[in-house]
Amino acid sequence: MLAAHLPPLTASLFSLLAITSLLLAFVMLGSRWLVEYLIAFAAQSWLIAILSAAVGYYAGYPELYLIAILTALFRGLVLPYLILRIIRRLNVDRELHERLAPTSSLVAGALLVLFAFVVSTHLGKSLGLAGTVAVLALTVMLSMKLIGFLMLAVRGEALSQVLALLVLENGIFLGSQILVPGMPLLIELVILFDLLVVVACFGILVRYLVSHAGTSSVHELRRLRG
Amino acid sequence: MVGELVAVILLAPLAAVAGCVAVRKARVAEFLNLAAAIVVFAAVLRLLPLALGGPFTFCRGYLIVDPLGAWVLLSVASVYLLASIYSVGYMRHSAQERRLYRFYALFAGFALTTLAGPLMNNVGVYWIAIELTTLVSTFLVCFELNRESIEAAWKYIVVVSGGISLALLGIILYYWSGSFSLGPTYDLTWQTLRMVAPRVNPTIALMAFLLVLIGFGTKVGLAPMHTWLPDAHSEGPTPVSAMLSGALLNTAMIGIARFIQVSDAAGLGILPRVVVVAIGSFSLFIAALFIARQTGIKRLMAYSSVEHMGVMALGFGFGGPLGIAGALYHMLNHSLNKSLMFFGAGNVMQVFDTRRIGRIRYVTSVMPVTALLWIAGAVAITGAPPFGLFLSELTILRAGLLGPNAWAVFVMLVLLIVIFVGFLNHFRAMYFGANPRVDSPKAHLPPRRHISVWCLLPMWLALIPLLALGLWWPAALTRYFAVIADQLSAMQVAGSVALGGAP
Repeated sequence: MLAAHLPPLTASLFSLLAITSLLLAFVMLGSRWLVEYLIAFAAQSWLIAILSAAVGYYAGYPELYLIAILTALFRGLVLPYLILRIIRRLNVDRELHERLAPTSSLVAGALLVLFAFVVSTHLGKSLGLAGTVAVLALTVMLSMKLIGFLMLAVRGEALSQVLALLVLENGIFLGSQILVPGMPLLIELVILFDLLVVVACFGILVRYLVSHAGTSSVHELRRLRG
Repeated sequence: MVGELVAVILLAPLAAVAGCVAVRKARVAEFLNLAAAIVVFAAVLRLLPLALGGPFTFCRGYLIVDPLGAWVLLSVASVYLLASIYSVGYMRHSAQERRLYRFYALFAGFALTTLAGPLMNNVGVYWIAIELTTLVSTFLVCFELNRESIEAAWKYIVVVSGGISLALLGIILYYWSGSFSLGPTYDLTWQTLRMVAPRVNPTIALMAFLLVLIGFGTKVGLAPMHTWLPDAHSEGPTPVSAMLSGALLNTAMIGIARFIQVSDAAGLGILPRVVVVAIGSFSLFIAALFIARQTGIKRLMAYSSVEHMGVMALGFGFGGPLGIAGALYHMLNHSLNKSLMFFGAGNVMQVFDTRRIGRIRYVTSVMPVTALLWIAGAVAITGAPPFGLFLSELTILRAGLLGPNAWAVFVMLVLLIVIFVGFLNHFRAMYFGANPRVDSPKAHLPPRRHISVWCLLPMWLALIPLLALGLWWPAALTRYFAVIADQLSAMQVAGSVALGGAP
């Protein structure tokens, strides 16, 4: 288990990267502007890429360098570019349909992080890992998961929902870099590729949504009930 | 031999996709898809007895053929064949000729991903196969490109992608917990999971199991994660509804079945099974509520799928040879029966030009053959004898009475009766008019229309085996299910032998 015995400096570096990613999730939660979400998402992806490379360096997994490059390329450049194109085409630059104001969602997000912390501390204790980077990685992973679901629940703009789904994925990816750095390369590559396909599909679907349903707000989609 | 068959099963739909995209002619695409379906069905029939020979692995351990997977392949291939026959007749009426080749390309692609799921040995790759089924079928759901179908597709992709990302989290946690005893790098196959399970920290194993259950449960359509299911099933073209309900849900269900086995091996006690049984019962409850007051004909069928997935979850949750046999028998019967129901609904919708139950009346006098087949299917799907679902539900009930979760048997029984009454009440309204004394009989009925043989043949092909399976439970199947139940409960022995060859 990598995270259990790390030199303090390395552990601090990992913690810094993980916590900054979590903060960026809060930036998304607290903002109304779609472009800001996007920049926060791209920055988060870059941090995760740096984290991959750092884990690869300190724990001796050279294949993680490849993952880091691909993460930076796909998650940090290609995906944001694809989404930026959709934003440009849609002429929607800000979230108009949120169910919970950004300030309130920040508070809700903080509560979710607390919950994630309690759960991960509990897990960490039962594994004898209390106080290590592993607990922090678990906390960040679960918090980003919960924040992603919160964004899915309170945001109405179609693109915000896509970004929320990407935050869910980023959370898992970040956690897995620290917890299971030795995961077979193939799986990680396929997950990266899968993400690209997901975004492409969402791109097409958003276009359908605008051209055939005449709206980019998910809250307008309320015909099918019961 | 097994390897060749697996190659045929995966390459035939792939060739159909390539052919459809290359030729771009509706008639050719129709033929290619149908040919692929026939080839796949034949190959699966041949594979079924061979799979008994034990788990075979291919492609450096990434593909696996075991009796459980082969059984799911059988139900997927049956529905694929039936739906391919049906779409020849149905899609000519309901889609533009120019776009039709895309439908078949997507349809064969959907079949490919659905067939690939049960063959995946690596848990991470299995997850990706399930995710890919979502992505492909989304575009089938919104194929008609009207407002409702796009709404359904959007809900489908968002809810399911979000849901199964929880399953990925669970899988990563499993991997992490295994890395304490297996080292940082290993192949997370079903066998490895089962083998390492006894040495895994129970808290993590429990949390991972719950995450996986919620994640794949979303894809299976278990309540309360079922919200995408009625929309997607009702708004897609009818052959797609049949595939979603009869094929796709099963592919995700075996993930849950295999993880139940892992949590048994981990010694988590009774809790995981209680959760599965509770979610199954809750699905039945939700389905009963929405079936009783349903107004849309395809939504009625969709909620019936929620019900039957609940029944299957109960079967796997009760466990034991009897529960697993019941659940697997139920899987095939439900696939056949739900295809029959959707095909009937599709025919009725074409003639009456509505999806509302209230506007459909006197089906018998407008379309006698469809009416006969459809009502037989309706009786069958509510679990009445002499059809297959009666036998499988009875088996699951018996399995439940033997186990510690006997309370669920009574819940299930009551809810099945409610569903029986509610479901058939809609058919009474559609066959005899909602209120016979007020309705002027036979006025304003659509003219009798000829239903193409393409749309009737698959209904016969579904009903006849369904009746046969209800009257006669083949002894060979009992042995087959016994082998599966044995493999699902034999954790240590089988696991360590098979793992010997893996890296």
